[in-house]
Amino acid sequence: MSKRASFASKAVASPYIVWAALFIIAPLLFVVYYSFTNASGDFTLVYIQTLPKYLPTFLRSIWFGIVATVICLIIAFPLAYIISQKSDKAQRTFVLLVMLPMWMSFLIRTYSWIALLQDTGIINSFLGKIGIHPVHMINTGGAVILGMVYNFLPYMILPIYSVMAKLDFSMVEACQDLGGNTFNVIKRCIIPMSLPGVVSGITMVFVPSVSTFYISQKLGGGSFDLIGDVIERQFQQSYNYNLGASLSLVLMVLIVISMAIMNHFSEGEGEMVI
Amino acid sequence: MKVFNRIYTFLVFLFLYAPIFVLLLFSFNASSSTSVFSGFSLQWYKMIMSDATSITALRNTLILAVCSSILATVIGTAASVGIERFRKGAFRTGLMATTNIPMTNPEIVTGVSMMLLFVFIGRILKTDSVLGFGTMLIAHVTFNLPYVILTVLPKLRQTDKNLAEAAQDLGCKPLSAFFKVVLPSIMPGVITGLIMSFTLSLDDFIISYFTSGPGFQTLPIVIFSMTKKRVKPDMYALSAIIFMSILILLIFYNIAQQKSEEKTERKR
Repeated sequence: MSKRASFASKAVASPYIVWAALFIIAPLLFVVYYSFTNASGDFTLVYIQTLPKYLPTFLRSIWFGIVATVICLIIAFPLAYIISQKSDKAQRTFVLLVMLPMWMSFLIRTYSWIALLQDTGIINSFLGKIGIHPVHMINTGGAVILGMVYNFLPYMILPIYSVMAKLDFSMVEACQDLGGNTFNVIKRCIIPMSLPGVVSGITMVFVPSVSTFYISQKLGGGSFDLIGDVIERQFQQSYNYNLGASLSLVLMVLIVISMAIMNHFSEGEGEMVI
Repeated sequence: MKVFNRIYTFLVFLFLYAPIFVLLLFSFNASSSTSVFSGFSLQWYKMIMSDATSITALRNTLILAVCSSILATVIGTAASVGIERFRKGAFRTGLMATTNIPMTNPEIVTGVSMMLLFVFIGRILKTDSVLGFGTMLIAHVTFNLPYVILTVLPKLRQTDKNLAEAAQDLGCKPLSAFFKVVLPSIMPGVITGLIMSFTLSLDDFIISYFTSGPGFQTLPIVIFSMTKKRVKPDMYALSAIIFMSILILLIFYNIAQQKSEEKTERKR
């Protein structure tokens, strides 16, 4: 290929490079800039210094995120395995069924959990009919975690499934032939082989759970503020962009650290599986 | 074991679909309650069909999704062709890392960071109303781009690099060589990227929430402001209509895909 043509074929990437610099890199620099300046643009550490006040909120977000991620993993792993054992056609249908809810506004889906969880809601009136006392569910921490698990479960199922679907099941058979019982086969064979899917599932659930703001407002009734709620308020209600920026900066650093930990555990196999 | 598997699968899907069943059921409710069903009625569907705010929002959502997905697909496909030609090195690694940022960063941080950029530009231009269709389009293209690039790049890697050269040796101009030879072979990746972008854009709330202005509101934004108050079944009816349209589209898409797969299988 001539030099000119090869230059031209590289130059077609330039609109993207400009775009990425303007709208991916520059906005992040603005987050840093706003975190260290006040409303009139002067350098200040005031906002960074007020951050310890939000430590309990950060800890709650991380804790809820971890619990939701673990529950998603426990639910998704067996399901992904079951789906991967089905015929090609059935697999396709099940994957579609897992993805389908994601195409409906998550706001509306989360909202309609209120009708299910309310004290006089559908679940409680069902419990009443079979003679069980009503359980208080809405506006609890459990409801918030349920909302997270519900919204992000597909992000755990799909990557684990896509790894399992490609697994070489003769390996599993070999494992059984070598005398492994069911428990050992799962522990020594299936889990290690599906690890890349698990890793990407964990990040895909943990990141949105930690940073969510709608779920906690609707299902937590305002008493379980997460870090996303605090950030949202700074930008949409109290218009304190500088504080909001410094909180976002911490959230971003937090996510980078947790991803680094994840990648460390998966020994560099943390490739995104979509 | 088989029985256990069936029950387990059923329970998980019950969990995933319970709120959707509730929503579909109450969209036909005769009263305005979203928790007590008092009879069948189509009034909410009639109401939503004549509600100007929702119709405008639906139109805005579709316009934004079409524009942003096409723009992202064009820029992203061109970017992939270029990136594929880059020598491996710090620049290429850095560019790919940058491409991953919108996918790994929390959505709220992406939204907030773009809002800060736009607000800053607004301050320079001395206008209060910088947020609107333009800023939303930029935001949507930005979060769509990584998905296009990551679906097109693997396809480019699979295609034979000599193909484009062969076409040029046979007298094709570089540009027409791309359109006649390279593009057809990466088309499945391009289409997947386009569809992904379209659905992501259609559904996005968090990033839109921080980059939209009062002048241009999409459906998720309208839904959000409605769920701040008590929701009436009209929102459910709207969601039900969208859900059914997507379901039908998906079924058609799946049938088409299956048919084309059968065709390629027969060719072999």
